[in-house]
Parts: sequence; C-alpha cells; structure tokens
Amino acid sequence: MIVAERKPLDEIQQSLEGCKSVLVAGCGTCVTVCMAGGEKEVGVLASMLRMRAKMDGTELDIREATVQRQCDREYVEQLAELGEECDAILSMGCGVGVNYATEVLKTVRVIPALNTRFYGANVDEGVWSERCGGCGECIVASTEGICPIARCSKSILNGPCGGSQDGTCEVDPEIACVWQLIYDRMDSLGRLDKLEEILAPKDWSKGRDGGPGTTSREDAAAIDRGEASE
Amino acid sequence: MDMKSGSNLEKMLAAGHFAVTAELGPPKSADAKAVSKKCRYLKGIVEAANITDNQTAIVRMSSIAGGVLALKRGVEPVVQMTCRDRNRLAMQSDILGAHALGVRNLLCLSGDHQKFGNHPTAKNVFDIDSIQLIQMVKEMRDDRLFMCGEEIRNTPKAPIVEPRMFIGAAANPFADPFAFRVVRLAKKVEAGADFIQTQCIYDMDRFREWMRQVVDRGLHERTAILAGVTPLKSAGMARYMRDNVPGLSVPDSVVERIAGAKKGSDEGIAFCVEQIEELKEMEGIAGVHLMAIEWEQKVEQILEATGLLPRPKVEADEAPEEG
Repeated sequence: MIVAERKPLDEIQQSLEGCKSVLVAGCGTCVTVCMAGGEKEVGVLASMLRMRAKMDGTELDIREATVQRQCDREYVEQLAELGEECDAILSMGCGVGVNYATEVLKTVRVIPALNTRFYGANVDEGVWSERCGGCGECIVASTEGICPIARCSKSILNGPCGGSQDGTCEVDPEIACVWQLIYDRMDSLGRLDKLEEILAPKDWSKGRDGGPGTTSREDAAAIDRGEASE
Repeated sequence: MDMKSGSNLEKMLAAGHFAVTAELGPPKSADAKAVSKKCRYLKGIVEAANITDNQTAIVRMSSIAGGVLALKRGVEPVVQMTCRDRNRLAMQSDILGAHALGVRNLLCLSGDHQKFGNHPTAKNVFDIDSIQLIQMVKEMRDDRLFMCGEEIRNTPKAPIVEPRMFIGAAANPFADPFAFRVVRLAKKVEAGADFIQTQCIYDMDRFREWMRQVVDRGLHERTAILAGVTPLKSAGMARYMRDNVPGLSVPDSVVERIAGAKKGSDEGIAFCVEQIEELKEMEGIAGVHLMAIEWEQKVEQILEATGLLPRPKVEADEAPEEG
C-alpha cells in the first residue's frame, strides 16, 4: 500500500493561513490502513484544528468527509459539494489524492495534510516498511524476491557494499542490509552461484521517462464502454 | 609489453615490483597550495597517490582537479570516482576530461552515503554501482565505446580517442557476509579491475584468511592486490576506528597496544611497519596502499623503515599530453 504520515500540526496550520472554512477530507484506502488519513484521523485532525483556532481566537469552520478513494473520479466528485462551500480542502489522502482532487475539483484549493512516504507493508503492529521503489521494471527475479532498489541505501545491484556489518547497513544499525538478506535467501535456496553474475545497469527510463508515468488497459476501457470482453 | 594506460603504477606492477600507493585528501577549500604541500611529502617515494572523491561525503576540491594539481607537482594520481554524486553521463564526461588532462589511474567506488557528510539532505545518485562503473571504464578503454554503444569520437570522420585508464577497485575483507567478500572481489575482477586496494587492515588474521580464499580462486593472478594500511596516531584514533567506522575491524589487542605504549604515535608507526613487513611476504600481495590520513609527512619514515625506499625505477614515459 501507499504509506503516509501526517504533517506536523504547525505546518498544517501555517498552510491553512487565511482560510476561514476548511473541509478535512479523508481517504478510505491505503492511508486508512496505515492510520494516517482515514475517517478516524480526519476526526482527530479536525478536533485539533478547532482547538487551535479557539486558543488563537481565530474563526475557522472545520468540516469533515471521508471518501472511499481520492484517486478515482467518482469518489473525488463526492467532495465537490462540501468542498466548494469551503476556502480549501485539506486532503488527508496521499500525494495522488491531493493531485487528483485538484484536477477534478478545479475551483477549490487542495492542501496536503500528509507526507507520502513509500510503498510498504505492515510488518509489525503499527510499523510499516518500504518494500518497492516503483521503478517500473521489476528485477527481483534476480534477487529472489527481495528488492535492492528500494531497500539498499545505495540501491546497489551488485552488493553488498563494504559497509555491511553483522547484517546491518552502515547508514544505521537499525536498517537491515538488504544484500545480507538476499545472500541468506540465495543460500537457503541453494542458489548462491547466481550471485556470481554481474547485474547490468538499470534502465531507469522505465520509471522516470519524462513526464508522469502513464499506463492504459484497452480491456478495461472496453468494459467501461459496455463492450463485451473475452 | 602493451600497456593498458601507461601509468607509472601499471608499469611498476607489470615489472613485478612491490608497489606503493598513498592517499592524498584534497582540501575542503579551493586552496591549491594544500595539495602542493602534501605532494612534497609524497613525490618520488610512492608510485601514485589516491585523490579522494568527497570522502565521507564531505565536499572537497574535486578529485580530478586535485589529481591534475598533483600531476603538475610530480605525483601521479589515482583519481577516485564514486557513484554517489554522478550519473552515467557525468561519469563518462569526467573520465574523458580526466584522460585529456593526463590522468591514467581511476579507482571506482560506491561512495560513502551522504548521511555521513556535511550535506545529509542531498539527493544521492547511484545510477550505476561500482561494479558497473568498472565495466563502463573498461568498455570505454578496450572497446572504445560509450556505455550506450556509440564510438568515442567527435564526428563520424574524427579519430576515436578513448580514455585509457588503469582501473582500480576497492575490496573490504572486513565487511559481511565474510564468505561473499571474495565473490564480490571476483565480480570486480571479472568486470575489469586491474588493481585492488583493500580497506585498511588491523585484523591481520581475518585478512590472511581472506587472502587464502583470493589465492585459492587465483584472483591474485588476474588483478594486483594492494593491501591497505593506515598508521594509528593515538589510542583515541584506534578506539574511534574500532567503534565508529563502519566496515572496519580493529581488534582490542591493537587498541591496547597503542594505549599501553609510552608514545601512541610511535607505537602506531611501529605497528604499521610490522604490518607492511608481513604483507611483503604474503602470497598474492602485489603492493601496499599506505593511507596516512592527514599524516602524509610520515609516509617516508614508514617506507624507509620497511626497506621500500628508494623506489625502483621503471622506464620513463613521455609526459601525458594535455589539451
């Protein structure tokens, strides 16, 4: 899922300067699961903003709404009516949600309340950890399902570097050296000989080829048009 | 014999001499005199000196500029290049420029993470890794091609003028997983490393074990292995190296030896001399890489004590062309 964290309250408050009415808009998908921007977090943030406004003696009308997804037009449009009555929408969606709401709603300002961090998994109670770099051309068949692009501090394809010690990364002893993990996995599968091969330089254009990445599916479009599919 | 680069270091190794390289950290300023001063300590007593590339991710004078200054002051440079700060375009263009300015040795490194340096909020590059960099420099030299496959010539009719580097790489026998360290060295040799400089050795037992694996795989016959040593200035430095430098192994016995001595710096030099004596006799070792960090003035004393001075002479070559 996309993992995000709420911005510091001071920063959010600063970005709302001049607004007299704000719609705090949650998203019911990734950021609900990672407990950053779902209905519950919308409630908490809205209360905090109301309290701050009261303490500061400023006028601020805070409304709340959470839609299923801020990355789908049909849901984002649900924010239109409430949002248009306000000076701004404070989106608790990921960066995609903020951008898409801006695009769909056009006339309303959309301000981010979250910092979007990474694609990650829920690895422990309350802990999310990055597992994919979204690089556009997956290479983990060569590394037995473990991604060095996202998980090595230097994204090294022929690791581990000289800073791997006792299974940890030189950058921080709390970071697992992903190349140690790859080595151990290869070892357990009896495939260590694969690590003798040099992995070729990566084609970064698959992920960052100028302008936003775009993908289309003719079969999905056909279904939308009501055409029969195979 | 046909030389790959014609560098002094390459010739010394080709002639079978036990080679000596040193390290010359460029200044954290635009002060050319700082390079000159260090060159005075190293000129004529080492085959070449490594010019570090923003080491520990702290901004310094560029390694190519430092290398050219060193060259002008009679010290052959080994220009270090890290993957942290440049993508494949910048690297290739810098390699062309380095060759044009007379540089003939290039050490290919991943680079310390920016977190350790003085610009921790910088974006790192790591477009390619150190092994891929070695491959690229070798292809530029031997196949006379850019990484994209184009020939290294200005126009279709212009002559091919490829950069000819003696290619170096680092090896760290003290990092983990230990069993993989020799495999990684083999990958660097396969990629095209002509010489290897190791991380500085304090744990000689582990180094000996690693070298045994290197010799078993015959890698010492395909690349020249220069063993890294760094003289300890004090017990404080020994402790710092033990506790704070990632990928380094400093046994407690070494720290105790320096700490127990009447004068730590003398003991540090005595220990370094003993290490070099042992390395001179070790199978598969082609030379020593003496990294006297901000202590370049001691290089001569250490080499004198190990009988490595005067340096043997190899056939002089005309100075590399400039401009």
